[in-house]
Amino acid sequence: MTIQFHKETFRGEYSFHNSERAIKRFPFPFDKDSYMYAVNMEQHRGGPADSVYEKRFDVDEHYVSEMEDRALVLADDPLRCQSLPHMTLAGWDLLELIMVSKSEDYPELFELHRDGDQWRWVNKPLGIDDTFTFMDETTLPYGPMEYITRQTQGDFCVLDQRDDNLWMDAGTVTTQADWSLDFDIGMNFFEWHAPVPLAHEKGIFVRALKFLLNIQQGAPARRLNWTMTVNPLLDTSPENYHKWGIQKTTLTPENIGSKQHLRVELQTFFRLPRSNALVFPIRCYLCSFDDLMTVPKWGRRLHRVIRDLPVELATYKGFIDNRPMMLDYLSKFDDGQPTSLGIWPDLETEPPLKVVRSS
Amino acid sequence: MSGAEKIAVRVTEVAPLNELVTRFRFEPVSGGLLPTFSGGAHTVVEMRDGDITRLNPYSLMSDPFDRSAYTISVRRDDEGRGGSKFMHTNVSVGDEMVISNPVNLFSLDLRATKHLMIAGGIGITPFLAQIKQLDRAHGNWELHYACRSEALGSYVDYLTTTHPNDVNIYYDDQSQAIDLDTLLDGQPLGTHIYVCGPKGMIDWVRAKAAEIGWPREAVHYEEFLAPQPGKPFEVKLAVSNKVIQVGEQESLLEAIERAGVDAPYLCRGGACGQCETDVVQAEGEIIHRDHWLEDSEKAGDAKIMPCVSRFEGKVLVLDR
Ligand code: HEM
Ligand code: FES
Repeated sequence: MTIQFHKETFRGEYSFHNSERAIKRFPFPFDKDSYMYAVNMEQHRGGPADSVYEKRFDVDEHYVSEMEDRALVLADDPLRCQSLPHMTLAGWDLLELIMVSKSEDYPELFELHRDGDQWRWVNKPLGIDDTFTFMDETTLPYGPMEYITRQTQGDFCVLDQRDDNLWMDAGTVTTQADWSLDFDIGMNFFEWHAPVPLAHEKGIFVRALKFLLNIQQGAPARRLNWTMTVNPLLDTSPENYHKWGIQKTTLTPENIGSKQHLRVELQTFFRLPRSNALVFPIRCYLCSFDDLMTVPKWGRRLHRVIRDLPVELATYKGFIDNRPMMLDYLSKFDDGQPTSLGIWPDLETEPPLKVVRSS
Repeated sequence: MSGAEKIAVRVTEVAPLNELVTRFRFEPVSGGLLPTFSGGAHTVVEMRDGDITRLNPYSLMSDPFDRSAYTISVRRDDEGRGGSKFMHTNVSVGDEMVISNPVNLFSLDLRATKHLMIAGGIGITPFLAQIKQLDRAHGNWELHYACRSEALGSYVDYLTTTHPNDVNIYYDDQSQAIDLDTLLDGQPLGTHIYVCGPKGMIDWVRAKAAEIGWPREAVHYEEFLAPQPGKPFEVKLAVSNKVIQVGEQESLLEAIERAGVDAPYLCRGGACGQCETDVVQAEGEIIHRDHWLEDSEKAGDAKIMPCVSRFEGKVLVLDR
């Protein structure tokens, strides 16, 4: 199916919107009616047709606008993209991985022509046609990681693997859920996860790290994570908290359906061959409550998950103050009927919403 | 399925180097390109020896950027359980084999200002690939390579001709030995040590480095243990509800696989931790031979690494 790229903004007047198709393929993160942190990882080897799992690097209708937003953030704050000197080789690995994957998965949008070390990269949606020498930084306008991540949706952490740990030694991070690359740069897996509640005690990070250290070339993995964002903002960084934090107080019962967004991160993990580093793309998808409620199963489930979520998680994710208002809204979409297992919308098989008596 | 992704390859060269070591070259059966890898990576080679399937890890020694072929060098071990003997006697040019995608448990620390490599015997192989990788990036390295004799010095000629200033050779039979004290003492700040060779050599280098206060994370080592033969024993697999016999010449992991139970692994040499298995009950002695479990875990007998460890005693029940 051809993709119609939107012209839209993630700031100012917030013209971001999802098409019907985008809503249907939204990666709803709850496979049952409750949520708790877990080592929820699986292989990243495709998925149902047109789902966000299908391709190695999903390209959707927001691609062009997201890349414009990234360019704005980087112009404002160059420290959102950093690479310690020993990570350049990993940057080339990442550039190759993305160029090969995208040109194979979306041949109508991207082309890669290789003649030895002479590479030509064509990115039609962004109007780029560059020829460069692989492994020669002087032939690109930016370092290899920055060059390719300016053309790929999602944040990227590039982790060096040594001493049985992972180290955040490079990344491009402009669409993050309230954490900072500049703060985390050089930290290891346990250090950058220190602020997360409950998961350490449950031993989740020890097991997750063991899994990640063993991720092999050609066998990538993935997981979903989620949070809440008021207004379709990509850049919810601590650096700009003063700009977006206050927007959380603008929520009213009248505007919550259009302003409140469920923010889902599709996180994938790939071993990089030349550097033995690991790359961790964090792809952010936003969907307004109003749009989510068009899927009856998701309406029922989201209400139950948010209602029963432990206080620690609602606090860490930053929506504890707005939770009562969210529940008022969501309860209208929960008629008490059972839900099917799994994250898919199941529009054909799940019953439509019965009228809910207002309480 | 367990282990890394598999690749079907054809043997395109079998080159005996000396009395003990033979080099093998693999090219993809599909005719395409092999995955790139990083210096220090190994591949697990599958050997179909009658009804027995052996899976042995070997370091990749070819240029990591050369995707047309991989090469490995195999040292014949007449005492071992036959994996290396199989390679030497049963594998010839034209044979099709299955190998795994590269896995690196011995990668270069690219922050190092200098890479100091210490090799013993067949332990030279991962360094051959690392040197090619570093040369391309103009890295700073130095190799100290101990061999038994000139006759058994695999790749000595190649190394001394291509890198006369960076390579130092020591022959045991000429009573030449690495002067480790002086060597470690004279290194610039930010040097990382890499050692690959017999267990005695690895222990010696690690102990010396620790003694003079070298940071632990700047000392890297790789030793693949070949599973050793031992007395046969019986194991109960609690999850799959099977009782299996482990023969004298096979590892516990191989016996589990032979019984049709899929068990995780990567290195099959006691190094990666992937095969770690909980012990439900043990009346007897677990013979821990891996590098993975901490000493306290080994003493506790609550875990076992089936790729290299064995058991002697009455009852062993595993959570598998
Ligand atoms: C190497 C890959 C990974 C990177 C770079 C990474 C990075 C991060 C960062 C920067 C945060 C925000 C921490 C903060 O508040 O400052 C975070 C949160 C978190 N991470 Fe990871 N992570 C990785 C892998 C994983 C894995 C494999 C798990 C598996 C369980 C995991 C579980 C979590 C959880 C549960 C949170 C809290 C998220 C929330 O509630 O919104 N992470 N991670
Ligand atoms: S398979 Fe690697 S330790 Fe057993």
